[in-house]
Amino acid sequence: MSIFVNKNTRVLVQGITGKEGQFHTRQCVAYGTNVVAGVTPGKGGQKMDEVPVFNTVFEAVRDTGANCAMIFVPPAFAADAILESVDAGVEVAVAITEGIPVLDMMRVKNYLARAKTRLIGPNCPGIITPGECKVGIMPGVIHKPGGPIGVVSRSGTLTYEVVHQLTRKGIGQTTCIGIGGDPVNGTNFIDCLAAFNADPETRGIVMVGEIGGSAEEDACAYIKANVKKPVVGFIAGVTAPPGRRMGHAGAIISGGSGTAAAKTAAMRAAGVAVCEDLGMFGELCVETFKAVI
Amino acid sequence: MNIHEYQAKELFRKYGVPVPRGGVAFSPEEARKTAEELGTLPVVVKAQIHAGGRGKGGGVKVAKTLDEAKELAGKILGMTLVTHQTGPDGKLVKKVLVEEGLDIRKELYFSIIPDRASAKIILMASVAGGMDIEEVAHKTPEKIIKVSVDPLLGIQAAHCRQVAYRLGLPDEAAKAAAKMVAALYKLFVEYDCSQVEINPLVLTGTNQVLALDAKINFDDNALYRHKDVPAYRDLDEEDPLEVEASKHNLNYIKMDGNVGNMVNGAGLAMATMDIIKRAGAEPANFLDVGGGANAEMVENGFRIILSDKNVKGILINIFGGILRCDVLASGVVEAAKKVGLNVPVVVRMEGTNVDEGRRILAESGLNLTAAKDLADAAAKVAGIVK
Repeated sequence: MSIFVNKNTRVLVQGITGKEGQFHTRQCVAYGTNVVAGVTPGKGGQKMDEVPVFNTVFEAVRDTGANCAMIFVPPAFAADAILESVDAGVEVAVAITEGIPVLDMMRVKNYLARAKTRLIGPNCPGIITPGECKVGIMPGVIHKPGGPIGVVSRSGTLTYEVVHQLTRKGIGQTTCIGIGGDPVNGTNFIDCLAAFNADPETRGIVMVGEIGGSAEEDACAYIKANVKKPVVGFIAGVTAPPGRRMGHAGAIISGGSGTAAAKTAAMRAAGVAVCEDLGMFGELCVETFKAVI
Repeated sequence: MNIHEYQAKELFRKYGVPVPRGGVAFSPEEARKTAEELGTLPVVVKAQIHAGGRGKGGGVKVAKTLDEAKELAGKILGMTLVTHQTGPDGKLVKKVLVEEGLDIRKELYFSIIPDRASAKIILMASVAGGMDIEEVAHKTPEKIIKVSVDPLLGIQAAHCRQVAYRLGLPDEAAKAAAKMVAALYKLFVEYDCSQVEINPLVLTGTNQVLALDAKINFDDNALYRHKDVPAYRDLDEEDPLEVEASKHNLNYIKMDGNVGNMVNGAGLAMATMDIIKRAGAEPANFLDVGGGANAEMVENGFRIILSDKNVKGILINIFGGILRCDVLASGVVEAAKKVGLNVPVVVRMEGTNVDEGRRILAESGLNLTAAKDLADAAAKVAGIVK
């Protein structure tokens, strides 16, 4: 099994005719993702390769039965694009876009509380169930289908790094999710941990966090209370200076909170196996997951 | 993006938030003239830098005469002010704010910040003003008033009353404070702020409520829709290399170490800095060349790293996802030829088109050490700086 997306997922791409949208749609199709529609206002009726393009998400959903949106719309229009897919009733919306204003995302998040759509991201690499469905910009080839490990991360390329190390050790993944590097995002660590915990095929979890905010601490409290599966954790930003935004809008130590030290301490207290040397991440996973792989 | 106190007060005035009368001055003579125009004594001379703790550092002084205002401005202008927020090197003061002195009865605190987890806008206030609010929250949490506003609904009159009355203000002042809270919320939302902070907010002997200090940070992601804000940017407050990097849309932060590094993706860039530290060296920078980086951006990144004279070696760590390894390799080769590589470089690449990338590097004839994985890269970097 897997969480959130699988071989039955029918993907529509918002911003499919843009440079990024085109490139990554082709990558997803090549991976085997069932891309059924694209949306670019004003280009309805055209085709991107074999994919029909619609003016609105509503029409794309109505005519193709799409249930998942992958969003490549530029930051100034991205909140609008997310809300459009929410109103069209898609089950999962994956926002790749980086640089959406925080206030826009705060409004979106409060709106989402009353909707059934799950938002992943923004500012994220997306989600992949290896061998079944890739909704995002991650290189598909580094993944290994069949589980049993679920991966959740705030980062993009850092996620590729840990997944690559898992695969090189022969450890497959059920689903890998990048929840994004922005301060306000849709799906959070706890949502993913709960889903992995409930998924019988996921037998261990990798959690990758970074400085800023308290999402990791909250997640660790959840792990301690609810998760019996083994968890390997990593936190980026031990050397990050306070008060500086480290690339991701959400990666900032402010007023002494959000430090890597506090987050790794929370992980240890929750029984998470903490990786201190990223170069040896794969080895730690082999050791921690040996009873379940 | 940060701005100065005097600029934040300009925006406060625009929104009808009461602030002391005053003006900015760039020389002692100008400071005297500003004080004279205020027509009241004493006046306060305040250093304008992007850091808190200015008073403790000696950057805020009271002048009882016009000549004293000139003299104090002369001392503060040109001084290197060190506070708990500037770092040990401090910051050079190039301008002062000259303001009317007030009869202060109470020092309070007020700020507006977004809450990440709940996605609500938080109004935070305290009767313990003029102090480090983190410390107040830690030691005496009962002194912190927090009111949560749903950004879809916007601020309501009850939210404003909550803040004003719980601060224990006399009736007339509470009404004024409630109005001020509403105005500041409007400013916060209309300007896409990431923080509005007044510490201290003061109650005067005549029951007036004023923002004695003012701090505003803007959400960088939203600057595109605020054409008037970039004019407030003060490049003197930023590291010249960081300014140069931002011109090329590169995410660069200067650090004190000697191992430069160039990475795609912020999380991996932070992790790479951590790896350098673990290997027994110190990172010279944070540099995220981003997902859509092209040869030109990589070249600019290279140039910026190499212009930091502390750099003794460079680690390039690229996990090709969106960014293709062959594009990166071409960028490295081009840049190295243009700027002249004078330090050893360890390159670790993985992902899309990696073989092509490695081939380009190998055939370049440059002094590059290829690493097979992260562990190997870390060991090789440690070897370089030993």
